[in-house]
Amino acid sequence: MEAVDKTKMGFEETELRLGLPGNNGGASEAEVARKRGFSETMDLKLNLSSKDPGIDPNDNTNNLHRLQNLLAADPAKPPAKAQVVGWPPVRSFRKNMLSVQKSSTEDCEQKLGSNGNATFIKVSMDGAPYLRKVDLKMYKSYQELSVALGKMFSSFSTIGNCGSQGMREFPNESKLIDLLNGTDYVPTYEDKDGDWMLVGDVPWEMFVQSCKRLRIMKGTEATGLAPRAMEKRKNRS
Amino acid sequence: MLRMASSFPEEVLEHVFSFIYDDKDRNAISMVCKSWYEIERWCRRRIFVGNCYAVSPPMVIRRFPEVRSVELKGKPHFADFNLVPEGWGGYVYPWIAAMATAYPWLEEIRLKRMVVTDEALELIAKSFKNFKVLVLSSCEGFSTDGLAAIAANCRNLKELDLRESEVDDLSGHWLSHFPDSYTSLVSLNISCLGSEVSFSALERLVGRCPNLRTLRLNRAVPLDRLANILCRAPQLVELGTGTYSAELQPDVFSSLAGAFSGCKELRSLSGFWDAVPGYLPAIYPICPSLTSLNLSYATIQSTDLTKLVSQCQSLQRLWVLDYIEDIGLEALAAFCKDLRELRVFPSEPFAQEPNVSLTEQGLVSVSEGCPKLHSVLYFCRQMTNDALATIARNRPNMTRFRLCIIEPRAPDYITLQPLDDGFGAIVEHCKDLQRLSMAGLLTDRVFEHIGNHAKKLEMLSVAFAGDSDLGLHHVLSGCENLRKLEIRDCPFGDKALLVNAAKLETMRSLWMSSCSVSFGACKLLGQKIPRLNVEVMDERGPPGSRPESCPVEKLYIYRTVAGPRFDMPGFVWTMDEDSALRLS
Repeated sequence: MEAVDKTKMGFEETELRLGLPGNNGGASEAEVARKRGFSETMDLKLNLSSKDPGIDPNDNTNNLHRLQNLLAADPAKPPAKAQVVGWPPVRSFRKNMLSVQKSSTEDCEQKLGSNGNATFIKVSMDGAPYLRKVDLKMYKSYQELSVALGKMFSSFSTIGNCGSQGMREFPNESKLIDLLNGTDYVPTYEDKDGDWMLVGDVPWEMFVQSCKRLRIMKGTEATGLAPRAMEKRKNRS
Repeated sequence: MLRMASSFPEEVLEHVFSFIYDDKDRNAISMVCKSWYEIERWCRRRIFVGNCYAVSPPMVIRRFPEVRSVELKGKPHFADFNLVPEGWGGYVYPWIAAMATAYPWLEEIRLKRMVVTDEALELIAKSFKNFKVLVLSSCEGFSTDGLAAIAANCRNLKELDLRESEVDDLSGHWLSHFPDSYTSLVSLNISCLGSEVSFSALERLVGRCPNLRTLRLNRAVPLDRLANILCRAPQLVELGTGTYSAELQPDVFSSLAGAFSGCKELRSLSGFWDAVPGYLPAIYPICPSLTSLNLSYATIQSTDLTKLVSQCQSLQRLWVLDYIEDIGLEALAAFCKDLRELRVFPSEPFAQEPNVSLTEQGLVSVSEGCPKLHSVLYFCRQMTNDALATIARNRPNMTRFRLCIIEPRAPDYITLQPLDDGFGAIVEHCKDLQRLSMAGLLTDRVFEHIGNHAKKLEMLSVAFAGDSDLGLHHVLSGCENLRKLEIRDCPFGDKALLVNAAKLETMRSLWMSSCSVSFGACKLLGQKIPRLNVEVMDERGPPGSRPESCPVEKLYIYRTVAGPRFDMPGFVWTMDEDSALRLS
């Protein structure tokens, strides 16, 4: 079920399309690029499976396979619905109360601390004027977070058409190539110690505990991070 | 007439005016003649500013020099749903700074959706010697350090209410800043705070404040502490529990039940985080006298909910999760004949399939059984025109009706028709309707109904509805009392706005996001109507960098006598005469 009927709207809206270039049978490259949006970017860079630490950004084949595996739908669950920002109109305050209650077993609650309330962390994306805020406790996995962030930053990261003229400042059509070259966006976070880490290195619960703010960086700026992140991991374990 | 007016000495008139509290009445008085305007403005003690940018602090202070109570609202309502980006505005500091010198005897500050900093709170704490009431509703930008300043310095504080604010919660230590000599607390609401306050400090505070009527605790207060607190405040009228969950232990239960029974004045309950059914019977003894019950954080299921509400025969207000289901709402309709307000929130707003059996039928039952029901907020997953029409016929006394169907553009699930006629029935029968939020599949026709019938409507919220500008035109041209209009994701463009431009000056504000209003139209509105601020928000960069026909992302138009504001972030542009020239 599509949350938004695009034809009725008459203007473009991000549609999260799970698929890789060339697999879309007929969709134009521009369409695919536009619809790719942010979530695919995240998926390639995020380590979505805790069993498999450390993605080598240059290992393209590996990444593609991992992405395909991750995106293979669990037949038991219906595909994730594209969430519209601010819909349904439930205040974040209210959503948070419930999500913490529902996802907590006693152990989990202890991990999250006695503070069951919302902890909003600021999310910035290089080049985007709007700062966003998310409550990490609303999500149960990196996948859910990336879908939500994709939606939040969709208006910035996709082509918006103005009438017949596509005036959007879109990086370029070779964004797809950029994705695999490391000049795309990389999600990073500042942890409790003030260090900037790559999102996806640690198990989800640990990430929620330690993340203080998120910054979606241009890939080129993030290259220095990986070694430090690995260092820290070694010291922790 | 002139002779009569001047034959009353000022003091007499002032005394007469002192019995008039309502803003509208006060405004009417001030318009009678110049001398009444003068007398009135010197004795107005309370002001309400519905949009903090509609007027400037110096203007307010100049006209009303002796104010004791100020209420301000900042961000547009859709900020509640993350549609207003961070940094948009709504800063209270300039107001506090101006009032610190102008109103040294200020007693009350009530703020909604404003950015409040620790500096602002510290300034309040040291500037107003007789400060009594601080209500921060859905505010943000401050930490518990600011609260500590208030606690430490406001000797005469009666009310501290942080309802639903976003507080940077550094620690619970701030509560201990209330000095031992401080005993004037009447109302404390800290339900939005996360961290643990010192329980002994809390108990001592509660114990030494004999006038305490309202106490809303936060989740960090465990259930086994509640009895002690209640025993120290048997005079409480309104209580918000902390976590309502603990291992079932007879001694804990009996202390709790005993403590509740001792609170003979208790009329309002809230909190109930993580509620376990086993502890609910502790409140049964006071249920018959409850008038207000907020169970919207209680994840208890319909059987227990039904049992609970069935005992609340005096209930006037119920906020609950959809776990109550149709069956619980039928019980509500049967037992709670005094019900005036019902809000049903979704337990799983993002689930695709319904997780509970709550349908349009529940609302129909309540509309049938509760003759005084006039205020509704209802989240559900299906609706029919018939149900809406039935509700409308049952409850012509409805004044606030907000329906949300989780799926945008959902049609009548039986006939598959738009819900135009159902909402049409609502506005036709409910002649005193003041507030309406619509849902489901809606065409221009519903707006025609609204324009024709909703003559008392003051606030309308619209999402994913309508076909064309005609829809917006019906509303703007027909709803005489419209003050606030908020629209998202509707195909409304320039024509309706430009044709009805004059209407916008009679309203507090208009919000439109993800619609089709062009930059050119925004510029035109800003240029033509000087007392409107036309603010465009766009993340793609300055609107002038795109063609004039390009739709803007978000548009916020509000009337103002203060001119364009200067505290806007980089992604907000004001369309006025000057900026229009600058941007083109």
